[in-house]
Amino acid sequence: MSIFSWIKKFIKLLLYLFILIRMNFRGRDIISIKDLSKEEINFILDYSKKMVSYAKGEGYTEKLKGKVLSSLFFEPSTRTRLSFESAMNRLGGRVIGFADPTATSQKKGESLSDTIRMADSYSDVIVIRHPQEGAARLAAEFADAPILNAGDGAGRHPTQCLLDLFTIISEKKKIEKQKVVLLGDLKYGRTVHSLAYALSLYGADLTFVSPETLKMPKEVVNECKELGTEPSSTSNLEKAIKDADVLYATRIQKERFPDAEEYNRVVGTYKIDNYLLKNANDNLIVMHPLPRVTEIDPEVDRTPHALYFKQAFNGVPVRMALLSLVTGGMI
Amino acid sequence: MKELKIPLIKSGTVIDHIAAGNAVKVLRILGIPKTHSSTVSVAINVRSRLGKKDIVKVENREIDPYEVNKIALIAPKATINIIRDYEVAEKHKVELPDEIVGITHCSNPTCISNYNEPVESRFIVLSKDPPRIKCHYCEREPEDIAERII
Repeated sequence: MSIFSWIKKFIKLLLYLFILIRMNFRGRDIISIKDLSKEEINFILDYSKKMVSYAKGEGYTEKLKGKVLSSLFFEPSTRTRLSFESAMNRLGGRVIGFADPTATSQKKGESLSDTIRMADSYSDVIVIRHPQEGAARLAAEFADAPILNAGDGAGRHPTQCLLDLFTIISEKKKIEKQKVVLLGDLKYGRTVHSLAYALSLYGADLTFVSPETLKMPKEVVNECKELGTEPSSTSNLEKAIKDADVLYATRIQKERFPDAEEYNRVVGTYKIDNYLLKNANDNLIVMHPLPRVTEIDPEVDRTPHALYFKQAFNGVPVRMALLSLVTGGMI
Repeated sequence: MKELKIPLIKSGTVIDHIAAGNAVKVLRILGIPKTHSSTVSVAINVRSRLGKKDIVKVENREIDPYEVNKIALIAPKATINIIRDYEVAEKHKVELPDEIVGITHCSNPTCISNYNEPVESRFIVLSKDPPRIKCHYCEREPEDIAERII
């Protein structure tokens, strides 16, 4: 290796250390995507790329050996919980926690703050999913260990948002000016709230498609506007996807509806199938935070449009990056 | 001689420049008449140079800053005059602080601050006039602030 490449490598390392010191992720809570600047999001996404080979099991690291993650899931989850646990294991750390709160003292009436105090004393980092909005923010007030929000009710889901951004950048190389359609339950869907904000931060072109009763809340629309994006709204999916680059579909979430009749009225309003995708760009990618129910026909899985399973995998490298950053165990 | 519609008070507080129609909400925030036995005079839709306004006169009670913050949520342009011996001894303009703690409940029924947790409600002030606040926990903007005053 020539002296020039050594100097180049050294400068790159210095720059990296400078950014890292400026970012100061160690011990930090990740509650909302809004807690992160665009510069910090870029850093996380860049660092996540480095984790892909470890996430696939192609590389091996014990960077978080001796560290313990508390995985507190007060609500059901498949991908978020498993990918967090896989991420911690891939980094050489250990996981404690629960996926069923009925087997914990919460059943006896214990408050969330008390449960958090306990988990804080047993572990180095805490991941929490909870049905009440603001639960992760509250947890952060009672724990010294960093809190990673894995979804709080219909509120925020920052790690899903980061993996969604990672997926779009991996496929499209950029987010700016990408035409993104957000579809489905935009009222209660926490992933789309965080994502609409983040996509606006990057200057994407947004279209919201939903049944009338499940429209994007005005707070979210206002936030997008404050960031300089003018999202358009429609109920016509066919028209919306015509020149779209990304179609991000969400499930109509039965568990968020206060009224079963209201749910029955809107479930099945939209369905993505090969017939619909005939009108779409060849390079349109279809994303979904999963689980899906009826909104994407399984026939789409076999088309180049389907990206949701790769998107789900991306949860591992992105969460590895976050765990590594907040615990100070960078690779 | 111009006749006063509501009489001067010897001591107490005069809340002036309340947006017309909001005097009753101000009384509710101050817990009047529940917490107060002296005379309270209310004038609604009083004509002034700047249009219509409401005025509240509370006898024998000087409103403290904590209560002033509560009023600022629904009457951001109000002035508080502390009266001692028929004279204006102090005059304050109400102003929303940057953060409001323990004054109003979050209107979101699924916000964690409405559950059995040892925390006070906390709101970030987004705009002082018109008042807009956002829950620190769930990040929602409450719909009717006056209805949620603790």
